[in-house]
Formats: sequence, C-alpha cells, structure tokens
Amino acid sequence: MPKHYRNKKKPFEYSKKWSLRSVFLLATLFLYVPIIVLIVFSFNNSRRGGNVIWKGFTTKYYDKAFNNEDLMLAFGNTLTIAIVATIASVILGTCTAILLWRFRFPFKPLVEGLVSLPIVIPEICMGVSLALFFSAMGWLGNTSDIWPFNLSNIMIAHITFCFPFAAMVIRTRLQSFNREMEEAARDLGATEFQVFKDILLPHLKPGLVAGALLSFTLSLDDFIVTFFTSGPNTVTLPVKIYSMVRFSVTPEINAASTILILLTLVLTFFALRIQTKDDSIL
Amino acid sequence: MVPLGIIFMYSFGENVSLVEVKTTWTFDNYKRIFEPELMTLLWRTLWISILATAICIVVAFPVALVIATASPSSKAWLLLLIMLPFWTNLLIRTYSLLNILGTRGRLNELLGWIWLRTNDFLTFVGAGDLGLLGAKFVPIKFLGTPGGVVLGIVYVSLPFAILPIYSALERMDTSYLEASMDLGAGQLQTFFRILVPLAMPGILTAFIITFIPALGQFLTPELLGRGQVDMIANVIQRQFKGANDWPFGSALSLMLLYVTFILLALRAFGDAARSKREANL
Repeated sequence: MPKHYRNKKKPFEYSKKWSLRSVFLLATLFLYVPIIVLIVFSFNNSRRGGNVIWKGFTTKYYDKAFNNEDLMLAFGNTLTIAIVATIASVILGTCTAILLWRFRFPFKPLVEGLVSLPIVIPEICMGVSLALFFSAMGWLGNTSDIWPFNLSNIMIAHITFCFPFAAMVIRTRLQSFNREMEEAARDLGATEFQVFKDILLPHLKPGLVAGALLSFTLSLDDFIVTFFTSGPNTVTLPVKIYSMVRFSVTPEINAASTILILLTLVLTFFALRIQTKDDSIL
Repeated sequence: MVPLGIIFMYSFGENVSLVEVKTTWTFDNYKRIFEPELMTLLWRTLWISILATAICIVVAFPVALVIATASPSSKAWLLLLIMLPFWTNLLIRTYSLLNILGTRGRLNELLGWIWLRTNDFLTFVGAGDLGLLGAKFVPIKFLGTPGGVVLGIVYVSLPFAILPIYSALERMDTSYLEASMDLGAGQLQTFFRILVPLAMPGILTAFIITFIPALGQFLTPELLGRGQVDMIANVIQRQFKGANDWPFGSALSLMLLYVTFILLALRAFGDAARSKREANL
C-alpha cells in the first residue's frame, strides 16, 4: 500500500470525525434536555411558577395527580381508547393489507391511495374533517351515554388514523411471505382458513405486534384529532394536560406528563424485547 | 370487509367536509383566504415551516451520517437514542420547551451564565470597561416570537428528518466515495459532490415528511407563540372552537390539504423523472 494512502482517512468513517460527533451530541442533548428538565421539575417543591426555581425534592405532585379525579378519569379514557383503537386497527389493518396484497380489483391504486391518505395529510385536516363528519352524522359525544360508549366517536377517530399505519407495517411484513408455503399447505389438504391460521398468521406475527404497538403509541399520543372530536365530558390525558397548561403551569402537569412518558418508555421497552426475541427465533 | 367500507367513507369525509352546514357552492370562503390579513398569516406559516424544515435537514444530515457510519452494534442504540423522544407525546414535548425557553427559563439561564463568564474573561484581559456586551444581560424573549416557534417545530420534527436521511445513507454504496477519493477529490469535495447528491432522495423525503406537518402545526404556535405567532392551524381551530365559522375553517383546512397534495404530486413526479433518468444511464 502506498504511504500516502494509508494515512488518508477512509471516506466513510464520518462517525469518527469529531466535528460530526459533536453535532450528534448537541442534537441529542437538544432532544433530551427539555424532557429531562420536565421530569426533574415534576419533583420540585414549589407551588406557583413551579418550573422556574428549584425548591427541594417532593413527590407530593404525584400524590396530587393520582388523587385528581379528572386527571385519572382522563387517563382511564386514554387507555381505554388506545386499547380499543389498537385492537380494531390491527384487525382492520390486517384485512386491508391482505386485501391489497392478495387481490386484484378495479381502482386498486385509488383504494391504496385512500388508505394511506390519513398518513400523509396534516393532522389538523384530519381532526377538522372528522369533527365535521361526526356532526353531520349527528354523532357527537353524547353526555348521557354510559362510560365506554361516550368515547365511541374518539375511538372511531383514532381507528381511522391508526389503521393505515398498522396496514402499512403489516403489508411490509407480507411482502416477505413465501407464496409456495401457502401452496404447499393447500396441496397437503389445508382449507383456506387453516392456511390463514397456521401459515399466514404465524408469519405475520412480528408485523402484527409492530402494528399494534405503533397504533397504541399513536393513539396514546394523539392530541389534535381527539381535541376536535371530544366533547366536554370525554377528555383524554393529552387534552386534559392541554387545558391545564392553558390554565396555568404547575408541577402537577409535569407529574402527569412524566407518567405518560414512563408509560411510553415501558411500551417501547417491551416492543424492543419482543422484536429482538422474534428476530432470534427466525 | 364491511368496516373497511365504512372507514373508506370516513376518509371521504375529508373531501366532502366543505359541503357541511349549507352547500351553496359559494366561493366566498375561498375569497376570504386572499384577504390581506390572512395572506400575512399564510405567508408567516410558510416561512416558519420552510425555515424550521431547513434547520431540521441541516442538523439531521450530520446526525444521520454519524449513525449510518457507526459500527453495527452501536448503530441500533444510536438510532434508539434519536427515536425515543419521537415516541414521547407531542404535547408533552412542546410543554417541556416552555420551561426551557421562558424568560427565566433554562436556556436564558445558560446564556446569562455564558455572558457572565465572557464578561469575566473580558475583564481579565483588560477589556471589561469597554462594555462590549452591554451593561446587563438581557434575557432573550423566545416565547411569543417567531424564533421560539421555529425552535419548537425543529424540536418536535427533528427525528422525522433524521430517519429518511439515515435510511438513504445506509443503503448507499460506499465504493462511490472511495472512487471519488481515489480520483483525487478531497474530503470536502467528496462530501458535497458525491455524498450529498447520493443522499438526495432521503433529503427530499425528509423535507416532505417535516414540511407537511410543520404547515399544519397547531400546538407549537399555540403554546410557544402565546397567540402572537399564529399559524394557519390556529385560525382553523378558532373557526371551529370559537368563531363557529365552520365553512371558512373547512376552506382553510382544504387549502392546507391542497398544498399537501401538490407537494406529494411534485415528489411523485420527481421520483418518476429520476427513475427514468437512471434507466437511461
């Protein structure tokens, strides 16, 4: 090897360059510092303007948040909506993915485009159109309805924007499915349903899990669409936090936010665990 | 397949939303968009989104580059590090910025500290009396200013920009870079003339994926703009929740939708042109 060549840096070793590394570090700091400060200040022992000056450690705002009935109701609503939306999105998403993967039918590109529409359009358009849709149907969050049913329009709204994502993930997984396996099963006498249950579903499992987790997180995080489709009595945690922020900034909001962040973290952790496990099996 | 049909109808709900209240097929709502007051608003929405997207891409590129060229074992961790905030609630992230950007917030605290140290240093070298930095540290106002809103949008959409650029860089054939270096190009030349053009599809995706949500951003201007830096989404929201002018709000959100479609169509067009070009090569 010529001498000058050896001393030269290899062109693709950008991750070893200090200038780029420092940009990476700064960007990471930029992404994390606000969230960490938020979590730290949820333990701040200061009533008003709790976010400015540190006044000692306390967990009383967690007590307060947990004893705040409105907040806990909103939390329960959020979880209920997320669970229902996830289950429905995965089922619908699987149907859509199989439909688009398996069959040919007229206007297929149009249907494909329509399904992926909620992924690309701005959230606010989605929220507005769903609000209009519900009011046109006369289907506003009825205050007289008993608990899980008064959330039905938020659930439907969430399913509408979650299932395209689930369908997308599941479809990606379907593409790696070996059609010959299906044919082999058929040859060995399996029925249509057996092929679906014993061949296709096991193959799809990682996709289903990923789709479910994506839907759950999306539903859990959604603010805009819920904001437009919720009634006064059907509040989710993000909407509740928003109205609290509008009212005043208190450590209680930090505590509530921290709970939501922790929930997301735990979910992500499980998602990664499941994924790595699946990868090692396959 | 029946629920699917219903959902399809829902997605059609977007398209027919203008026909709400009374369908008179009037263009008055659209005309109102072009009134000067709203034009300033649209213009502001546009430049804030463009600026935020540009900053995102400029920051995202080196970050994606570092991840893409890291060792395979650390790659997954670095990616996770970047993606974790993305899974955190948008509202919570915006709210967390309130504390950082306030007049007495962390960022101003940091800047004040830097100002103090610099001043000490200047005094030390004997230039303290010149008052180069002003007599007192003046906290920068971020909340309620366009700068704060831009920063907020960059904060929430940075992971979106990093991911597509990363996947473009990941797929790239590194032999092009080596060839460029062998042919005598310097590091910088290789970077700008080979690496950046090769990553262009990723950069374009990053642009679209950041710019479209930025246009429709509601929370950031609402919380960080303090009602002084309204963007189109805030006006839409007010038509629905306050002013009760639903047709006008619908017209505005359809405007947003059209812009989205035009951008997506442009990109599809560009993609087609590119693959044609590549096929000709």
